Amino acid sequence: MKGETLLRVEHLTMRFGGLTAINDLSFEAKAGDITALIGPNGAGKTTVFNCITGFYKPSEGRIALAHGGEQAFAAVEEATARGARTVTVGDGAIHLLERMPDFVVNQHAKVARTFQNIRLFSGMTVLENLLVAQHNVLMRASGYSVFGILGLSPYTSRQKEAIELAKLWLDRIGLTDRADDPAGDLPYGAQRRLEIARAMCTKPVLLCLDEPAAGLNPRESLELNTLLRTIRDQDGTSLLLIEHDMTVVMEISDHVVVLDYGVKISDGAPTEVRNDPKVIAAYLGVEDEEVAAVEAEVEGRA
Amino acid sequence: MAAVPQSTAATAATSVPDRLMAAVKDAGFATIVTLGLCIPLVTLRTDADEGGRLTLIPRFGLTAVLCLLVFLARLGYLTIWGKEARASRRPPSRGEAIKTVAAPRYTLTSVGLPIALGFAIAYPALMTLANGGLSEARYWIDLGILVLTYVMLGWGLNVVVGLAGLLDLGYVAFYAIGAYSYAILSTTFHLSFWICLPIAGILAATWGVLLGFPVLRLRGDYLAIVTLAFGEIIRLVLINWVPVTNGGAGIASIPRASFFGIPFNDDDNGFAALFGLEFSPMHRIVFLFYLILALATLTSIVTTRLRRLPVGRAWEALREDEIACRSLGINTTTTKLSAFATGALFGGLAGSFFAVRQGFVSPESFNFLESAIILAIVVLGGMGSQIGVVVAAVVMIAGPEMLRNLDFLKTIFGDNFDPNEYRLLIFGLAMVVMMIWRPRGLVSTREPTVFLKERKSISGDLVKEGHG
Repeated sequence: MKGETLLRVEHLTMRFGGLTAINDLSFEAKAGDITALIGPNGAGKTTVFNCITGFYKPSEGRIALAHGGEQAFAAVEEATARGARTVTVGDGAIHLLERMPDFVVNQHAKVARTFQNIRLFSGMTVLENLLVAQHNVLMRASGYSVFGILGLSPYTSRQKEAIELAKLWLDRIGLTDRADDPAGDLPYGAQRRLEIARAMCTKPVLLCLDEPAAGLNPRESLELNTLLRTIRDQDGTSLLLIEHDMTVVMEISDHVVVLDYGVKISDGAPTEVRNDPKVIAAYLGVEDEEVAAVEAEVEGRA
Repeated sequence: MAAVPQSTAATAATSVPDRLMAAVKDAGFATIVTLGLCIPLVTLRTDADEGGRLTLIPRFGLTAVLCLLVFLARLGYLTIWGKEARASRRPPSRGEAIKTVAAPRYTLTSVGLPIALGFAIAYPALMTLANGGLSEARYWIDLGILVLTYVMLGWGLNVVVGLAGLLDLGYVAFYAIGAYSYAILSTTFHLSFWICLPIAGILAATWGVLLGFPVLRLRGDYLAIVTLAFGEIIRLVLINWVPVTNGGAGIASIPRASFFGIPFNDDDNGFAALFGLEFSPMHRIVFLFYLILALATLTSIVTTRLRRLPVGRAWEALREDEIACRSLGINTTTTKLSAFATGALFGGLAGSFFAVRQGFVSPESFNFLESAIILAIVVLGGMGSQIGVVVAAVVMIAGPEMLRNLDFLKTIFGDNFDPNEYRLLIFGLAMVVMMIWRPRGLVSTREPTVFLKERKSISGDLVKEGHG
C-alpha cells in the first residue's frame, strides 16, 4: 500500500468566467505520504482542494482516487468511458471525484477536508461535533430514524461505539476535558485540532488540510506536526495539505507540489523544491531581466 | 429608547460625575424624542362639540407629565437599575467571557415540560371546579384547546426554523392542507377521523417535500419570500378550485369527532348513554381537549427524540454550517427535505384537528397572519426550545384573550376605558419589550443532545440562527 499512488490529478483546469484559476494541472499523491501543495497567495491551491473535495466542478480534467492499492487505476479508462463515478476492481475501487457531488466525495470516496477559515459547529459541543461527523454510520444504524425513534437496539450500541471513537480522538487532540463545552468557546489552536479530529471521524483514506498551521503559535505548530505524523503512520490516512508555514512544510511533508498562477512550477521532495530557482522566483520575486527568462521557461513547461 | 447607542459609549471607565452628566444628557435626549412624539399624538386632541364641529383641545399638562416620566425613567435606568449601572458598581470580573453555564441535572425543559403536561391533564377538572360546573368552564376549555393547537404548531415549525434554521413564512399552508384533507376525505368518502388523521399528516408531509425541492438552494430573505408565496398559493388554490374546495364559501358540516366510533350525542348508543353519564355537549369539548393534548404530546416526544438522533443533529449542524455538513458526507438535500416534511407532518395533523373541531373550514382561516403568529411563538419562545414554545403560545394566544377581562383597569382610567380596544396596543408593546429584554427569545440557551461528563447549557450567543 505505502508508496503506491493514491490520488491522480490529470489535466485539471478550472475556469471562472474568463479567469483561469487552475491551468492543466497534473500531480500525484502517494498512499502513506504527506503531500504539500504550496504556492504564493492566489496561486489556486484552495481551488484545487475544492475540485478534489467536490465543492467545485472542474472545467476539464480527471481526479481519480484508488481504494485498496494502485492496481485499481487499471479501471480508470473504463470508468471514464462508461461515465461511472465508481468502478470496483477486485477488493478495491476507483473513484472519479470530479463526477461526484461534495457529500458523496466524503461518504463513498472517503476524502475528508478542513477549511482555511475554521468551520466548526460552534453552537454544538465538542462531542456533538465529532458525532455529526459519524452521521452516515449512525443514520444507517438508526434505520434512517425509523428504528431510532422507537428506541430499538442497534442504534444504541452504535451510538456508544461512535462516542468511543469520539473519546479516542478527544484524547489524541487533548480536549477530553472540554468535551461538553461548545466548540465556539475553544481557543483558536484547539479549534484547529478539533476540525482535524472531526474530519478524521469520517474515517477517510485521504485528508485534505487547508492551512492547518495558520494562526498557531510555535508550540501548537509543533504539536500539530506530531498529530499529522501520527495520522499518517497510525491511521493509514494519507494527507494532502496546503500550507504557508515553510518550516511545517519542510519538516513533515514527503512530497511537495508548487503552484503559481494556477500552473505547477515544481514537484518533488522538499529539499529539491526548496532549491528550485523557479520556486524561489515565484516566492521572492526576481530581477526584471530574469522575469522574461523564467516566464519563457514556465511557458515552455506548460 | 432612541438614545441607546450613546449610553454605551458614555459609561466605559469614566468617573462618577462624568457618568452622571452623560446619563442626564442621554435622558434629556430621550425626553426631546418623547416631546417630538407627544406633540402630534398627545398634545393635540381633537373632539367634536355639540354642533359636530371639530375643536382642538391642547393638553400641555399631560405632555409635560409624560416627558418628565420618560426623563426620570431613563435617568433611573442609566444610573440605578440598568445593566451597565449595576456592572459599574460591581468589581471587575475575570476578563474571559464564560459562555457555558454548568446546568444542574434537571434542566428547564426536563422539569418544565412534565409540570406543563400535568397541569394540562388536570386543566379541565381545575376549570370545572373554578367555574362551578362543566358547562360554565366551556370558555376556558375552548381557550385551552386553542392554546394547545398553537403549541403543537409551534413545536412543528420549531423543527424547520429552530433546529434546521430554515425560515418558513408559509407554515400555515400545511395546516390548511391537513384541514382540507380531513374535510374533503370525510365529506366525500365518509372516512373516519382516525383514518383521515394519518392520511392528512402524510399529505402535508408530501407537500412539505414538494415545497422543499425548489427552495433547496435558497437562503435567507429569498427562502422566506418563496415560503411566504407558497402559503399564499395554497390559500388562493383553496379559494379558486371551487369544484373540490367549494371556494371561499368553505366546506361545512364536516363530521364531528367521535369517541373511537361512539358518537357524542344523546342517542341510546351515544357516548353519554354507554358510559352511564348524563348527556352534555361538553363531553365532546373535553374529548377534543384531550385529543389535542395527546397530539401535542406526540409532537413533543417525536421532535425531542429526533433531535437526539443523527438526523436531528444533522439539522442542527445544517443550521450551524451547511458547507461543513457537506464536507462531512451529510446529504444536505435529504436533510433539509426531512426537516420540511417533519414540520409539515405535524402542521397537517394539527390542521386535521382544526377541521374536526370547527366542523367547518374556509380559506379565511389560513391567511398569512396565522403563519406570522406561529413564527412569533417560535421566535418568542427561543428557537429550538420546547418549553419556550409552550410559554410563548400561552402568552401569545391566551394573553390577548386575558386582556379582554381586565375590567379592573376601569377603576384606574375611568368607566369609559375599554381594555379591549387597547388589546393589540398592549400586546405590541409587550412584544417590543420582549425583544429588547430577551432578543433571542425566552429560552435562549441550547441543551446539548449528548454529553460525556456534565450537561452544560450553551449560550445563545454561540448558537447560530441559520440561513434565515
